[in-house]
Amino acid sequence: MQALLEVRELVKQYREIRAVDGITLRIERGSCVGLLGPNGAGKTTTVEMIEGITTPSSGEILFKGAPIDEEFRQCAGIMFQNTALQEFITVSEILTLFQRFYQRTRPLDELIERCALHDFLTRDVQKLSGGQRQRLLLAVALINDPEILFLDEPTTGLDPQARRNFWQLIDDIKAEQKTIVLTTHYMEEAYQLCDEIAILDRGRIIAQGSPEQLLQAHFKNSVITLPLKQVPETLHHLPGVILQRRNSQLEIHSGNLNSSMRSLLDLGVSLEQMQVRSPTLEDLFLELTGHELRA
Amino acid sequence: MKLQRFFAAFNARNREFLRDRTALSWNILLPVMIVMGFAFAFTSDHQELFKVGVIGEAQGKQEFLAIRHIQFIPVTDTTSSISKVERHQLDMLLDLTQQRYWINQTSANGYILEQLLRGSGGGLSRQMVSGQEIRYVDWLIPGVLGMNLMFSSLFGVGYVIVRYRKNGVLKRLKATPLTPFEFLSAQVASRLWLIVMVASLVYLSTDLFVGFQMHGSYLTLLLVLTLGALSMISLGLIIAARIANEEVANGLLNMLSWPMMLLSGVWFSLEGSPAIVQQLALLLPLTHFTEAARAVMIDGAGCWDIRWHLLTLAGMAALFMGIGARTFRWE
Repeated sequence: MQALLEVRELVKQYREIRAVDGITLRIERGSCVGLLGPNGAGKTTTVEMIEGITTPSSGEILFKGAPIDEEFRQCAGIMFQNTALQEFITVSEILTLFQRFYQRTRPLDELIERCALHDFLTRDVQKLSGGQRQRLLLAVALINDPEILFLDEPTTGLDPQARRNFWQLIDDIKAEQKTIVLTTHYMEEAYQLCDEIAILDRGRIIAQGSPEQLLQAHFKNSVITLPLKQVPETLHHLPGVILQRRNSQLEIHSGNLNSSMRSLLDLGVSLEQMQVRSPTLEDLFLELTGHELRA
Repeated sequence: MKLQRFFAAFNARNREFLRDRTALSWNILLPVMIVMGFAFAFTSDHQELFKVGVIGEAQGKQEFLAIRHIQFIPVTDTTSSISKVERHQLDMLLDLTQQRYWINQTSANGYILEQLLRGSGGGLSRQMVSGQEIRYVDWLIPGVLGMNLMFSSLFGVGYVIVRYRKNGVLKRLKATPLTPFEFLSAQVASRLWLIVMVASLVYLSTDLFVGFQMHGSYLTLLLVLTLGALSMISLGLIIAARIANEEVANGLLNMLSWPMMLLSGVWFSLEGSPAIVQQLALLLPLTHFTEAARAVMIDGAGCWDIRWHLLTLAGMAALFMGIGARTFRWE
């Protein structure tokens, strides 16, 4: 079956920096695809090339099997990472303004309801809180009832509560079978929302699959964490495990929980305050790249 | 071009301008204050120099021509020079070829110059003209309107689009079906009608207090205003085409507007200034605006009389707009 969007060998070369270095992606209709990576990994450059905002140095982008054209603008919804809106204009005026740019539009009442905008419809857009602003920008991105929605780090800078509210909104949109391309550097966000994740580092996709697939493929391990102060400084090696010092914690990635515990006890390490958890995407990223995601 | 998208962008820009109270009041108050200030400061024409137009070359020694603090301006056209004497723009016209001179019977400067001329033993025959004095403020108002129009056009379009580009407004618009042509024409149209509105307000309010001369038709003046505004808005579009840095745009706009303000005869006439300066001034749209507006208001000129100014302004508008639209980038 033809994918809704196909990207082949996409490259963006700025003078000395290769921001995107040969990215190939298939985005199926109705899926939510996450591009995950640290700042500077090339996520935004990649989506902006797909959106037609940035011209690629080389590579191919196909929407419904054809190169993107004017028609694409009518059926794509875009929420940029940083957008200023005109000054001295209210929320409802912004909605009307953007509505007039499109042929097919969603009823404003429904958008206002869905994105919970009614409390500040007459407010100047410059005077919105972070969460209100993101909801307005989401409403603007949805105004043409898009077939494909691009969300570039939509929850960066929001407090945890606002972030969760925003996830709920995206979940509702997903339920309408919309195709979503989301960039984020929050593992949790990608894990919660995406059907498929591509992990980017230095302009390349270093791993790709559903969150569960990715974790299964790379980890059969469990992660044991212990406060560093309980561990003798001489402990550099333990049979069959990877050791990682993170802040005040020691992380032990172990394939055999029983034997690792035994080794620790044999060494006289206290197991108080020990935690055992399944690996997360964060651990995966660390393993794949050798550096932390939010570096 | 879809009209619906054009009007959406047009209305948004109008609203932004009208709601920005500081910019709006600055746009209206500044020119009114300048005109009022000059109207009170120069209740009559206090020019330090006497201005004498001279036709022909002096034969032998002419003592009168050696008197200091009189500016002698060589002129060729007798008719237009006489009308300048009528309007007190020249205090005296001296025709050395036919041994005669003109003064205005209501001009004090003319009287003094006549005494000086007689004292230096001229023996020229006197020709008298009369005519209402053109006060400095009558002469100034077209210039102030032009200056306001220039700043409003250059900064209102040039600076605003650069700011839009810098803070991402343009990027957001680029992602919609709005085309650059629709966007730019909305900006031009919005600024044009705001300028016409503001200029009319400035004209009416200053006229109420100062009551200046208007000998021409208001429709002709409106045409001059429209073409002048279009040419300068288009000049703003060139600045706005690519730059994404407000400081750079500000510097360039100042580099354009200040020489224009000084060289286009807004504050003082370029008559008597070096030929090169006068040639240079003809390259500036503001020169054509002020000259055309003065011709309409002071001399009662019609469209045909000022056709070269109108054509030049229209040509400049088309040229600048072409360059601006062709080089425009959303980002």
